[in-house]
Amino acid sequence: MEKIEARDVNFYYGAFHALKGISMEIPQNQVVAFIGPSGCGKSTFLRLFNRMNDLIPGTRLEGQILIDGQDIYGADVHVDELRKNVGMVFQRPNPFPKSIFDNVAYGLRVNGIKDRAYIRERVEESLRGAALWDEVKDKLGESAFALSGGQQQRLCIARAMAVSPSVLLMDEPASALDPISTAKVEELISELRSQVTIVIVTHNMQQAARVSDRTAFFYMGEMVEYDDTKTIFTNPHKEATQNYITGRFG
Amino acid sequence: MNTPVYPTGYHLRKRRSQAAAFTVFRVLSYFIVLVLFAILGFIIYKGAGVLSWDFLTKAPEDGMTAGGIFPAIVGTLLLMLGSAVVAFPIGIMSGIYMNEYASKGWVVRFIRLMTNNLSGVPSIVFGLFGMALFVKYLGFGDSILAGSLTLGLLSLPLVIRTTEEALKDIPAGIREGSLALGATKLQTIWKVVLPMGMPRIITGLILSLGRVSGETAPILFTCAAYFFPQLPASIFDQCMALPYHLYVISTSGTDIEAQQPIAYGTALVLIIIVLIINLLAGGLRKYFEKRLKIK
Repeated sequence: MEKIEARDVNFYYGAFHALKGISMEIPQNQVVAFIGPSGCGKSTFLRLFNRMNDLIPGTRLEGQILIDGQDIYGADVHVDELRKNVGMVFQRPNPFPKSIFDNVAYGLRVNGIKDRAYIRERVEESLRGAALWDEVKDKLGESAFALSGGQQQRLCIARAMAVSPSVLLMDEPASALDPISTAKVEELISELRSQVTIVIVTHNMQQAARVSDRTAFFYMGEMVEYDDTKTIFTNPHKEATQNYITGRFG
Repeated sequence: MNTPVYPTGYHLRKRRSQAAAFTVFRVLSYFIVLVLFAILGFIIYKGAGVLSWDFLTKAPEDGMTAGGIFPAIVGTLLLMLGSAVVAFPIGIMSGIYMNEYASKGWVVRFIRLMTNNLSGVPSIVFGLFGMALFVKYLGFGDSILAGSLTLGLLSLPLVIRTTEEALKDIPAGIREGSLALGATKLQTIWKVVLPMGMPRIITGLILSLGRVSGETAPILFTCAAYFFPQLPASIFDQCMALPYHLYVISTSGTDIEAQQPIAYGTALVLIIIVLIINLLAGGLRKYFEKRLKIK
């Protein structure tokens, strides 16, 4: 079943045409990687799925983006409900100035959940799910800022997963991390795919090859090629893709 | 292309001019500290003699040539409190609006320009305005209420500015993180942005209190009493205040010679209050940073 569907998406920052006629389908419970050189539009495209670009003034979207068959830019869609369902992990770990516990509980609380027992349970589940529980279980009351960068990023993954989204967007989630932390985040991605559909933007082609089922290559605002990850990395159909994955440009 | 010949002795010269420049900067910085110490030292030298428990806890006596300054201390503290009640909520909410809600267009630029102009208005003009509006038109009379409102208006620009600056420096990623979890903008501001800006906002608020405590002109026509030895019973009473008391006994006292030590003592108490406030600002900032788990 298709989880996300983009239909002829064009996107503009003012007069700049950032995304050009992109159509794609992302199947449920798969990991899809977006690759391409800086400025190719892959992050912009990702941020359309949870309407994060709404925050930028002077932008314009043409075309449709459907999640579970519903146009997420439709008039009857409430953006806060959409974002509860479509979680996001950012490039830089962005924990809140709160305790570890409160960071994970935050999403539940802002969505109206008050049952403390449930929150506690959900915080533990999410931290276990993000392979962070054993490292933080004795210091849940301590500041999230005291964690290392890698731990912070896993905390942000736990935080996003706590509200049980069905899609998780990851915008270069490991680019600010050391290799060991990166490996942990990648491991998490393969574990989380049973629960959510994951779309990950990455600069790291080995990462895309390791974690994803399908890969889309973006260049200059266009989606050049979208196929099984194996095909993209072993037998791409377009020359531009071939050149990019072999490191000849980008 | 020929490589140009590097001038000889140039390294020496640029090092020398750097050393000379930094020496000037250093001397000037020390000079500022020196000025502060000179003022403090002078006031302490002249005023410490009259400081006593009685001076702090008794009302002026004998045509203000003896006794203490208790009513003026209480008055100043009340005015600080009153101006805070007026300026903090309005100022913080305006600051939030300016930084978080208003689109970055001409409206914000206009409000900011007006805010800056407001902070440039001489305090005596605030005093006149306060008299016209609060004392006369709204009929509050010379009162703590009118004085607090006037002082509150005076400190508004500083409070708005501080709030705005504090919020502006909070990284966009934190806001996005909150919004991405389904929080509304208001929830994001209330639960994440404000707590994070709080240490700096608090610092600004307290510094604005310091400024209010020393203002004379705004309370001249709106609140301050020449002599009001009993404590005010309500916000519609007048009150004495330290800076005004200082002004009065130095310019129109009953016996200016004899009152000089009292004037210096009053100045010293005022400076000590401001100093305590500033220390408090630092302490509170650290406390909030710790409690809000920012550090």
